[in-house]
Amino acid sequence: MPILIELFVSFFLVAFVSFGGASAVIPELYRIAVTEHGWMDARTFTELFAIAQAAPGPNVLIVTLIGQHVDSWLGAFLTTLGMCLPMSLLVGLLFKHWDKLQHWRWRAAIQLGVTPMAVGLVLASGSLIAHSADPGLIGVLLLLFTVAINLRTKLHPLWLILLGGVLGLMGLV
Amino acid sequence: METEGWLSAEEFNILLGLCQFLPGPNVVNLAVAVGVRFCGWRGAVAGATGLMLGPFLVALVLGVLYGRYGELPAVQSMLQGITLVGAGLIIATGIRMGLNVNNRAIYLPFAAAAFAAIALLHWPLPVVMLGGATLTISLSWWRLSQEAKACRS
Repeated sequence: MPILIELFVSFFLVAFVSFGGASAVIPELYRIAVTEHGWMDARTFTELFAIAQAAPGPNVLIVTLIGQHVDSWLGAFLTTLGMCLPMSLLVGLLFKHWDKLQHWRWRAAIQLGVTPMAVGLVLASGSLIAHSADPGLIGVLLLLFTVAINLRTKLHPLWLILLGGVLGLMGLV
Repeated sequence: METEGWLSAEEFNILLGLCQFLPGPNVVNLAVAVGVRFCGWRGAVAGATGLMLGPFLVALVLGVLYGRYGELPAVQSMLQGITLVGAGLIIATGIRMGLNVNNRAIYLPFAAAAFAAIALLHWPLPVVMLGGATLTISLSWWRLSQEAKACRS
């Protein structure tokens, strides 16, 4: 299959299971890009993740960067489109009827059921990334500090990212 | 939306509910929902493009810089620090989502099972998601039916 079509189709399919957004499907993105297609090594994947975190904008940018790494701006465009298109189409079709479906029992059942799965997926994503970064003791402390600060305070995440970058530059993590 | 008065708060909440219900990037879904509500498919395209174009271009520039300077040791150590913070932010998001789940004693074991299947056993995510969600959705359907019965009697 030509690589551009492969890029588009892979991420188009991921979109259907990405309950919890792009953060939930990082293990699957890793499987596609590193394990299955060998588009990049594990270190590059982790570094693209870091860039996507630091970049302003939605988490889905990790998908953009994977596409760009494989095939420049056209690859970036196709992976981003693939990831955003399926549910955008569904939103377009569903939105007119959504207020009627508000009280539909299946809707509530799906929402209640999918959330715990998304929780497991998001936590698995975080642990996979942490594991692949292979941090030292200070690195682990930085991660735990980030979790605590983000849960307990309203500090903007950008400050934590800045802290991570500085500690990294100092060679501490 | 507040400044332009395009939507009432109630309409916004309904659309937000739809977007959180569907998989995929929530913010993109929301931009599409608001766009389509006003100008049909052209509004949807405009909404999604308006939201994504800036971040997309910034990501491309960062990607190019990474391609050029990514091998430098200083860049790599900086990205290592950012990676760990990023992982921490995602874990915090997961914990926050978990704390917001109702009936945690019933549903969180499924979250733990999904975590173990992906992070420890490395099972394919679509299989875990579809298999697990079938179980959890059936369970919550059954519970909702019981509740409805209890209300009636």
